Amino acid sequence: MDSRIITALEVVLVVPAVLVGYIWATERLLGLAQGKWRERIRPWLWLTPALVLLTAFLIVPTLQTVWYSFHNKDGTQWRGLDNYSWFLNGPGLASLINNIIWVVFLTLGTIVVGLAVAVLADRVRYESFAKSILFMPMAISGVCAALIWKFMYWYQVPGVPQTGVVNEVLTKTGQAPIPFLIDSDFKIDTFALIFIMIWMWTGFGTVILSASLKSISPELLEAARVDGASEWQVFRKITFPLLSPTIAVVSTTMIITGLKAFDLVYTLTANGSYDTQVIANEMYNQYFNFGQYGRGAAIAVVLLIAIIPVMLFNIRRFQFQEGIR
Amino acid sequence: MTAATIARTAEARPSAFRRLLRRMPVHLTLGAVLVIWLIPTIGVLINSFRSADAITSSGWWTVLTSPSGLSLDNYSQVLGQEDLGSKFLNSLYITIPATLIPTMLAAFTAYAFAWMKFPGRTWLFLALVALIVIPLQTTFIPIGRMFNNFFGANINGTFLAIWLAHTAYGLPFAIYLLRNFMGSLPREVFEAAAIDGASPVTAFFRLALPMSIPAIASLVIFQFVFVWNDLLVALIFIGPNTDNQPLTQALASLVSSFGSGWQYLAAAGFIAMIVPLVVFLSLQRFFVRGISAGSVKG
Repeated sequence: MDSRIITALEVVLVVPAVLVGYIWATERLLGLAQGKWRERIRPWLWLTPALVLLTAFLIVPTLQTVWYSFHNKDGTQWRGLDNYSWFLNGPGLASLINNIIWVVFLTLGTIVVGLAVAVLADRVRYESFAKSILFMPMAISGVCAALIWKFMYWYQVPGVPQTGVVNEVLTKTGQAPIPFLIDSDFKIDTFALIFIMIWMWTGFGTVILSASLKSISPELLEAARVDGASEWQVFRKITFPLLSPTIAVVSTTMIITGLKAFDLVYTLTANGSYDTQVIANEMYNQYFNFGQYGRGAAIAVVLLIAIIPVMLFNIRRFQFQEGIR
Repeated sequence: MTAATIARTAEARPSAFRRLLRRMPVHLTLGAVLVIWLIPTIGVLINSFRSADAITSSGWWTVLTSPSGLSLDNYSQVLGQEDLGSKFLNSLYITIPATLIPTMLAAFTAYAFAWMKFPGRTWLFLALVALIVIPLQTTFIPIGRMFNNFFGANINGTFLAIWLAHTAYGLPFAIYLLRNFMGSLPREVFEAAAIDGASPVTAFFRLALPMSIPAIASLVIFQFVFVWNDLLVALIFIGPNTDNQPLTQALASLVSSFGSGWQYLAAAGFIAMIVPLVVFLSLQRFFVRGISAGSVKG
């Protein structure tokens, strides 16, 4: 048998046994302690494994990355803000701009389409079918989505039969086919990538917004209609304001998703060629292809700083939820 | 049928038809969106049954009018001769432990957060909420260096490295989700158990764990799909070690190279999609809940 199967089996069986054993062993140990101390020590024993892992793999590495970002390529010499100024004057600006385009259009796209589908599907009988179809791409990896859309965007020179759906439509309507994934005029390639991401994430927006839509009382909407409000006014003045907290939640998710875009760019435009580079791909390049730890770390810190506002928003929202519980 | 009901149905018919007409824009818009959402996948599915020559010389839609030359060759090729079959197994080896371990760890950590009193509980938990969105990128360089000499061995490129990484990355969200669920369980149950002399260990294994099955199911599905679909973490910690690469990594290099063997791409992509799609279709309720709750994870 393959040795990898044996290792995997061992892990699947041994690790849970060790974890359960750990809990039992700590309880035995606590049996020796005084009643008062038992209650004080127990929580920390239960938390220890997770806290150790989180400290070793998330907290300390994040601090180290900040430290690396002020140092040279292998962390031996202090370089101050050199890595940051290199990033902002070099490849950084272009990738930051691309990331902003990603964030803006991805968020707009998923919310507009997601909201439209949520509102429209609410009025038809095949609602759950429609939502399932839209949500399905969430189950697919970025790589598979890339593959699917590589076939959609496929380009053949004019005159030859087109093999991609989008260019077939263009050709049939009398326009020239476009090499979507390498054409950087007007950032066509970046927008082509963003559209794939919208395709992947709209279902998420629809499902969340639809759940929130269903919690609006029908009497309220009916009352407005009786008072002579048009469907559009009902949506503008009642539905939309009531949905805005949910829209904020979906937006934060999409902002993070846009900031962290990586898979599609890596797979479809050769890790950011043709002016499609984004922060995550630039970081991968510096770290993995050039061994530039300092520069890679600085890029990672830029990404972290961009995400901090969202992090604070999440904490605020969590405190609010706890407050009303 | 009474005269009254006949009269009512006769009355209802024209208005039902008029309503359908009035609803036409709704149906058309939804229909258009559904078509855009389905066509890309259908195209790849059809191409996965076509030969390399056919794929490059004509669009997949030509099959709809003249179906010919469809076969399962690509699939048998992918699973047999191309070594994507072993990449598929790698994905399983990586995903199963990387789902099981964080879920178990998170379960008792979440229980401690939900039902044990200790100083600093709220602050610690808020820190955890903050950790959920930490971009994984900020951890790669130090962890990569740590793995170069991990208790004396270089484990970069091994399953152990990626199991550890995914376990740690998955934990904050896993604890968050389970803590919120366990915290909403009825307090009386745990108080009654404590009065009857049950230790927290008993209360955890006999009460909290079984009652949290729905949340655990959502978490397992979320973590499974997240790890199965992951490319970035695999690129960093498995890297160029082709023996241990998961399916996503192998596929990504096929897509971007479009070099040898790319005619198997559509078939290979479908094989990679099957697992999460089956999870989605069979456990849709839990799946949607898990993904919706965990979508901001680093």
